[in-house]
Amino acid sequence: MFGLDKKDTTLLLVVAALTMLAPFLLNPFPTESGMAQFNAGYPDLMQKFVIFGIFAIGFNILFGLTGYLSFGHAAFLGVGSYAAVWIFKLFTYNVFPAILLSVIVAALFSLLIGFVSLRRSGIYFSILTLAFPQMSFALAYSVLSNPKFNLTNGETGLQVYADDPQRFHREGLPDLPHLFGLSMRSTHTMEIGAWSFDFNVGYYLCAIVMLVTFYLSVRIFRSPFGMMLRAVKSNQQRMNYTGLNTRPYTLAAFVISGMYAGLAGGLLAAMDPLAGAERMQWTASGEVVLMTILGGAGTLIGPILGAGFIKYFENIFSKINDNVLHQWFSFMPDGIEDFMVFIVHPFVGKGWHLTLGILFMLVVIFLPGGLVDGGQRIGRWLRSRGQKEDKTTGTTEPAE
Amino acid sequence: MSKTDVTRRGVIKTGAVAGAGLAVPTIFTASSAAAYTNEPTGGEVTLGFNVPQTGPYADEENDELLAQQLAVEHLNGEGDGGCLNTFTSKALKGNGILGKKVTFVTGDTQTKSDAARASAKSMIEKDGAVMINGGSSSGVAIAVQGLCQDAGVIFMAGLTHSNDTTGKDKKANGFRHFFNAYMSAAALAPILEKELGADRRAYHLTADYTWGWSQQESIAAATEAMGWETVNNVLTPLASTDFSSYIAPVLNSGADVLILNHYGGNMVNSLTNAIQFGMMEKVVNNKDFKIVVPLYSELMAAGAGENIKGVFGSMNYNWQLDNEGSKQFVKSFGEKYGKPPSNSAQTCYAQTLLYADACERAGTFNPCGVAEALEGFEFDGLGNGKTLYRADDHQCFKDVLVVKGADNPTNAYDTLEIVEVTPVEQVTYAPDHPMFAGGALGTCNPGA
Repeated sequence: MFGLDKKDTTLLLVVAALTMLAPFLLNPFPTESGMAQFNAGYPDLMQKFVIFGIFAIGFNILFGLTGYLSFGHAAFLGVGSYAAVWIFKLFTYNVFPAILLSVIVAALFSLLIGFVSLRRSGIYFSILTLAFPQMSFALAYSVLSNPKFNLTNGETGLQVYADDPQRFHREGLPDLPHLFGLSMRSTHTMEIGAWSFDFNVGYYLCAIVMLVTFYLSVRIFRSPFGMMLRAVKSNQQRMNYTGLNTRPYTLAAFVISGMYAGLAGGLLAAMDPLAGAERMQWTASGEVVLMTILGGAGTLIGPILGAGFIKYFENIFSKINDNVLHQWFSFMPDGIEDFMVFIVHPFVGKGWHLTLGILFMLVVIFLPGGLVDGGQRIGRWLRSRGQKEDKTTGTTEPAE
Repeated sequence: MSKTDVTRRGVIKTGAVAGAGLAVPTIFTASSAAAYTNEPTGGEVTLGFNVPQTGPYADEENDELLAQQLAVEHLNGEGDGGCLNTFTSKALKGNGILGKKVTFVTGDTQTKSDAARASAKSMIEKDGAVMINGGSSSGVAIAVQGLCQDAGVIFMAGLTHSNDTTGKDKKANGFRHFFNAYMSAAALAPILEKELGADRRAYHLTADYTWGWSQQESIAAATEAMGWETVNNVLTPLASTDFSSYIAPVLNSGADVLILNHYGGNMVNSLTNAIQFGMMEKVVNNKDFKIVVPLYSELMAAGAGENIKGVFGSMNYNWQLDNEGSKQFVKSFGEKYGKPPSNSAQTCYAQTLLYADACERAGTFNPCGVAEALEGFEFDGLGNGKTLYRADDHQCFKDVLVVKGADNPTNAYDTLEIVEVTPVEQVTYAPDHPMFAGGALGTCNPGA
């Protein structure tokens, strides 16, 4: 289907099913139960899952295929957000032009940065790309937000005020980002027994965009262009010796992944009309690197898994406080209860970074290919277990 | 590239799939029966405490969280009732809010606008919080305030000192109990004039972002009005940890007062650097060199240690304040946690009680009802003395403390001594003051 082979079609359909049914899948526990703490099926987090999924898919096109490790992708996400919020401020709350502009602005910006940075490769490239988002961050945080020329609104973050022009805003349209009148915030809550599921317009918009971008990324992976990028990764020098100029290819990959980041930034702003400078900080760039590596660099679905994993920890584990812990262990005798809370405490709440760090280390050490690698290992193990019997009888041992 | 055959059937198939995809969102348009966002239906009501548990202000916020938990206890009638005993409004009975038991959820703002908004959103969307309280940085407060306005819940700001929070970024659903940069300046200026004289030359070092500018602007305006000269204003990047290179030029500039518009770790470092340069012993223009830190906090004082001796600043609240509400609060807090409460702890505690009280008086959790009950509300007994929640901009007006690093502290907690309690009249300004102009409160949004 859609020019994909059978395996990729299956993958696309699986991803489509997962994203479309996410409100059900992410809310497996009844609302009133103690386990509801682990439910992730509320609009904001679901939106973050797919938006950062898009960001990571885009990053993977550069890092996974060409091996160029960029630490600057947050800058593109940031400019995307700023572009989108400016559309909201000046013209309309309709997200369509806002997202379009955020992609275009990110493309131009990444063309500029890519043109400069790609003159070097390896660690030098990484450092160059690290410098740019830090520059952009400093610009956005203070330089471009002085009272005379306020482009970014500094620390407060760019947001829409009631007295902004919004030239094409009409009465009757929602006073929040919307798609041709359909508010991004509107949510339908479905109650089934003890369960409750949220279906949010904004989420489904992001999910559909993510499916499209995922499909595009599959096509890029399978195209001759993708093959060329892989060749860059395995031996760029040899390609240069054969008389082939690799820079247009790497630059194209850089711009494409920059556009993905811009798209993610635009969507972030569309879900929540505010753009903060810290979106551009190098730690934000580092986060997408972690997502990609955690999920599995160079694989199709890995980055999405990695993005979901990190966002889940950030939003769910950070909210488990001591009160919740005491509830969990309340069935134990007092002394042991306090002891258990004491043991678990450093790993939840404010300690979520620690848990994530440990998991990241475990993944990198034992599953070098990321979560996807883990999945494949389990798959292989299951398959080999099924085949073991006939293997022993079927193979012939060489005599010597 | 894989072969692309465009067939009639293929086009129709793709079109149908795309059409179905586009139609999906329209099936799920909003349909909600609740009168306002997160109307509590059971026997419990959930409040959201959004504080930075990681990042540069984490210490500050640990105290906030303790105070919020204390407030919840008192609301539910546990503990000694705290300020419910001294609060002038007697609507709260210690049986929760409107008969519903108060529970709370916490989140980590990481001192970043994005993370703070994500965390507040999850409290609103997932946990059904009807009110969000907390935050330390002004940027975070403004970002979360905007979110609460859109989502239709009440935002009770924690520690936020920028003029913008109730100035150009004010929102109908947002309320601030803490004081602001303008008030700091108005309270400090007369004391500085009295203690340091009216012909000083001031050198400003300012954290290079919204709050720093707003404070520098306020202080410069107030001190110039009484005859001081502003020699220079140097903006320092927020991420700086070593300020030596900024301090050295001060000595050669002919200035005799250094004003540090810094907060948190910045202030601790810049002050320490200034002391290392021996500034406090210098005599310039035949006057003793002085340092002023307009916004003080106990935790910063603790961080700077010995160095704060004789340094002037202002505060929203100090545990040494001698009034019924303050004594009661310090007692409850001290008995539970074994230390006196900080500035930021007090503001969060007061905000939580004020919200609960407003719900009781309004008889509803509806943000519009609560906002109406808070607007123009006059009260006493929460530690700051007589206080007014002004309706025009949702800013509290109360006495401001001018403090000084104690010369002979007797223990770890009285490192600051109160120089004067500046009466509220002196720090009051018109709602359309130029430093606060440019925003609109808008109308309250009950969501849903």
